[in-house]
Order: sequence, then structure tokens, then C-alpha cells
Amino acid sequence: MPKLDKALARELYRLMLRIRLAEERVVALYPTDKIQSPIHLSIGQEAIVAGACKALGKADRAYGTYRGHGLFVAMGGGIDKMMAELYGKDTGCARGKGGSMHMVAPEIGLMGCSAIVASTIPVATGDALAAKMKREKRLTAVFFGDGGIDEGVFYESASFAALKKLPVIYVLENNGYAIHSKVRERHAKTELWRIGERLGLPGRRFDGNDVYEVHESFAKAAAEVKAGKGPILLEYATCRVYEHVGPRTDFKETYHEKNDEAKAKARDPLTVAQKALQKRGWAAPADFAAWRKAALAEIDDAVAFAEKSPFPGPERLLADNFA
Amino acid sequence: MAQKKFGDAIHAALTHAMETDPSVYVMGIGVDDHRAVFGSTKGLVDRFGPERVFDTPIAEGAMTGIAIGSALAGMKPVHIHIRTDFLYLAMDQLCNMAAKWRSMFGGVMNVPIVVRAVIGKSWGQGAQHSQALQSLFMHVPGLKVAMPTTAADAQDLLIAGIQDPNPVLLFEHRLLFDLQSEVDESFPVLPFKRTVVRRKGSDLTIVANSYMVVEALKAAEFLSAHGIEAEIVDPVTLVPLDDAPILASVKKTGRLMIVDTGWTTCGVSAEIAAVAAEKAFSSLKAPVRRLGMQPVACPVSKPLEKLFYADGDAIARAAFAMVGKPFPAAEPPVAVHAFKGPF
Repeated sequence: MPKLDKALARELYRLMLRIRLAEERVVALYPTDKIQSPIHLSIGQEAIVAGACKALGKADRAYGTYRGHGLFVAMGGGIDKMMAELYGKDTGCARGKGGSMHMVAPEIGLMGCSAIVASTIPVATGDALAAKMKREKRLTAVFFGDGGIDEGVFYESASFAALKKLPVIYVLENNGYAIHSKVRERHAKTELWRIGERLGLPGRRFDGNDVYEVHESFAKAAAEVKAGKGPILLEYATCRVYEHVGPRTDFKETYHEKNDEAKAKARDPLTVAQKALQKRGWAAPADFAAWRKAALAEIDDAVAFAEKSPFPGPERLLADNFA
Repeated sequence: MAQKKFGDAIHAALTHAMETDPSVYVMGIGVDDHRAVFGSTKGLVDRFGPERVFDTPIAEGAMTGIAIGSALAGMKPVHIHIRTDFLYLAMDQLCNMAAKWRSMFGGVMNVPIVVRAVIGKSWGQGAQHSQALQSLFMHVPGLKVAMPTTAADAQDLLIAGIQDPNPVLLFEHRLLFDLQSEVDESFPVLPFKRTVVRRKGSDLTIVANSYMVVEALKAAEFLSAHGIEAEIVDPVTLVPLDDAPILASVKKTGRLMIVDTGWTTCGVSAEIAAVAAEKAFSSLKAPVRRLGMQPVACPVSKPLEKLFYADGDAIARAAFAMVGKPFPAAEPPVAVHAFKGPF
């Protein structure tokens, strides 16, 4: 289990910052209509993917959802390939075929993101089954929202993973809302980390806005899973800052709790991490400014790359249907 | 070459695939029990162990996703469903995931899964143990779909399907499991695209698939005895469809009847009729005729069940109408195949 040190703490902050600024650029670009794809932003939820993915080994794998920009960057995907994908360009991570909802980079372990709620949960479970059958020492992490536990495949997968003691971590990003519905409006039992207990899937709950807590808790779970103890569910509590889909915030809408906006602001993962770094004396104001500048430059380059990249040619339309 | 039953050919193909490729595994409800999916998986668990041959929870949705995920990670699952009707529970994973994975991620990954699903008929299978859903899956790009008719087809399609990097669905008709034909015991890998002419004829073309080939052949004997020679063409693979033998036959006979094991609406028969209309319109001397299941849930009551399915009798009567001859005063052909028992 990697212990949090200064270098890693700074790295985690920088990773979150890159995700945040990249998505803020997506918001800024959205009115130009160059991004012709629905966007599900992970702004405010960066700590979960950053903390978790930095605790993964090289051979480990991840699956995600349509809210996948953050996961893609956290897994090591280039912002240039992400931007190009959002533009529908041939240089995108899915060669323009997937768009915002289908981030992918199998070469670095991101096996795919799906736009059907919970649909990658069984697929990730099967990936873990293969790891076990092939005696590969690796784990599979699957990220999904609190809406993911509404679907039957979550329970079917969890039960099977428990039965076979599969090396899979179910990462529940609880941002409080499935589209516009609260957990308590959809379930009698709202302690989601406990929801798989009777199936043999133990769960734990953590602050999903504290990247250091995420990293430590995920690394501990990863070590246990790799030791063959079977699957685990990690629930990370976070806030959805933007609307379910789209480039705006919508805290004024009646589905929100009155204090959602204030809570999200107070618990912003970048603010939380910045305070922690400063408290330990691990980063100076000049560091934050330099990191911001570097990230913005990277994003400028990524957008320029997307802009100048070609669209896929007509020969690409039918090219990928069958191998 | 050897004579084998359809079910035994599947068993032999599975055994061969598992022997030659350690990434092949078999899962599904009942694959390791004493019934062994009509014997098609008999003894595999003893031979290859419970890690490669295992029963599953009754959870078709997740288990299909699990097959997909394992395939993405280098395994080659053969997922078996003792009834096709259960595939509705796996539709999301088959159609939203397996069918899309390669295409929506720009061609960087493949999903080499094989799904075997058995179509029930006879002995009161009723509304939910009798469905033939091939056309549902033909509609979705990214899935290969085939219906073996003979033991040789069963072996060849399974061997080719397991080696295919794409998702493959095989629909096996329950009534074919005990029928024998000659198979090549060297397990050749043949292309997964074939249409087979089962009988030569000059007066009309009957495109029939799966068990309907048996009924059509029975009808053809009767027709031949009364002066009508039917050519029977079997599109064994529906996706990809080899339409050349169908079109060649239609151009020769000028008459096309299509007999599917499933419903006609948006079905195999609709697709093949459309192919003929698009590519052989000027050869048609008569309207295309389609036969299939009646547009209703399959009834259990025997007299109603008989009316529900197309059979040799219905095929023969439709053939006479198409060639403009009165149906002869003779004993019509009867179906001879049925099974009795809970499976």
C-alpha cells in the first residue's frame, strides 16, 4: 500500500486540477457547438477517480460510466485525446466513434465507459473473473453512481463476485442524485455501502471529496482484494455540482436540497486538498499558481490538437462493426 | 467422416475447442448437471474441471456481462441458455454492450463470446419456452447470428463461432438434437457465412431455416410426388447472410416462399423477402409467400399449438397455391419429430 508522501500528495492535487480545468474548458467551449455530444461533468467529483486510480497498479483495470472524463484523465489518458474525442475527431480516444460518454484507453487499463446505467458492473466483474481464471495478479475497479445500485445487474454481479471471490472493487460515487432523484426517493434503505452485505459483498463509506482519504481507503481495499479476500464495495460521498447532463449548474431547481450549493462549495475537493497541502507545508502559493499555469497550457494544446485534427473519413463508418 | 446426432456434434465441438484452446470455457444454467443441456455438455466438467465448466446463478443479465468482460480480458466464453426465451433478460448486455463494444470504441477491442440458445417446441412449451428470437438479434449491428440445421452445421458453427473475434449467437432448435448427419471429425474451421441448398428443384424456391428445413423437406417429397419440384435453400448464417444462393434459386424458379421458425413480422422471412425484392424483383413470377409462427403467444392446447406453427402440410398447401395448382386428394405430409418430457 503506497503511503501518502509529499510527492504523491502534490501529484493527487495536480491530477484533480487538470481534470477540473479541462472540464471547465469543455464548459467554455460548449456554446461554440464544436462539442456535439451530451456532456456529463465530473466537476466536484474529481477526488474519487484521482484518489482511486493513483492507487491502481499498472496491470489493474477500470470501467466507468458516461460521466467519464475524470476517470479517463485519472487513468492516465491524455487530455488531447479526450478533447479530440469530444470533437468527434479521428484522433480521439475512440477515434470519434464514442464521444463524451464513451471514454476508453485499454492500453492503460481503461477498458470502457458505458452510457447505460450499471451496465459496466457485470462486465468489470467478468474481467475480474478472467483475471482469476488466468491467475493474473490484478484487480478491476468499476466506477458508477448511486443510480447504479438501482439496477438488477448490480446485485447479480455482486453476488457472483462474492461467490467466486473475484478481485473486483465496486466504486460507488454517491453524488446524491440519479438524474433528479434522491436516494431516499428510490430506496427504503439508504446506507448504500451496506447494500451488498447480505450478498457477501462488504462495504465501506468514505468522504469522496477528500482525495487523500479516497487514496488511502482505496489502496487498503486494493491490497485486500489482491490478497484474494474477494470483492468490496467502496462508497464515496460527494456532490454533483453541475446538472446531470449539460454545461450548467442547476442548484435553483426544486429537486435540489436548499443547502446543496453551499455544501458543494465548502467541500470542493480542490479546496479540501489545498488546505491539507498547506497545513502540512507541502505546497506554497507559488506552487498552486505554477500548476494552474501548466495545466492551462496543456489544455490549450489539447484544444488546438482537437481543432486541427481531421474528422474520420467516410471509410471509417462501417469499419469497426466486425473484426 | 462419421454419422453423428446434432447434440453429439455440439458436444464434440465443445470438447475439441476446450482441448485446443485453454481460454475457452463453458457456462450456463445446468451445464454441469446430470441433464447437461440435452447431453451437449455431458462430462465436460469432469474432463475440464469446475473452473472452466460451471453452472451460473439464474441471472442472465449479469452473467452475459460477465461473459463479455471475461472476453475483453482474453477468455472465450460459451454461454448456454436452455431456452431462447431467457435471452430477453440478457438483451441489454447483448445489444447495448457486446454488439457495440468494438464499434463505439473505435475498433480497438473485440468481444469474442458465443451464446448458444435452444428453441423449444413440443410437449406444451407454451408462451415462454417456445420463442425463436433470431430476428431480434439480426436487427442489431455487431452481432453474428446463425441457426444450425444439421449436425455438421452445429459442429462447424460452434468451431467457427468460438474462433470468431465477434459476438456470435447460435440458435439451436430442440427438435434437431436427435437428428443425424455426417460430420467431419477433423473439425475444419469453415467461414462463418453460408447458405446451403438442401434440395434441388425448378418450380419454386423454399427458403427455410433450422427445424423448418425438416418440415420443408417433408413437404418437398409430397410436392415431388405430385409434380412440383421445390428447391430448398437454408440460410444457415443469418448475419452475415450469404444471399447469392437464394437469389440464384429465385432467378431459376421465379417463386419464393420463406418459412421461418419465428414470427413473420420484421422477421427472417421479412428480411429475405426484402432482399429478393431489391435484388431479384424482375425474376419473381408470383408474390412472395411467408410462413412462420402465428402472430400470438404460443398456446399449450394441442389443437391450437398445431395451428400456431407452420408445418409440412402448410408448406405444401402454400406451394400448390403459388404454382396455381389445386391441392391433390392425398394424405398431406405430417411432422414426425417431437420430444416428450420437461426439457
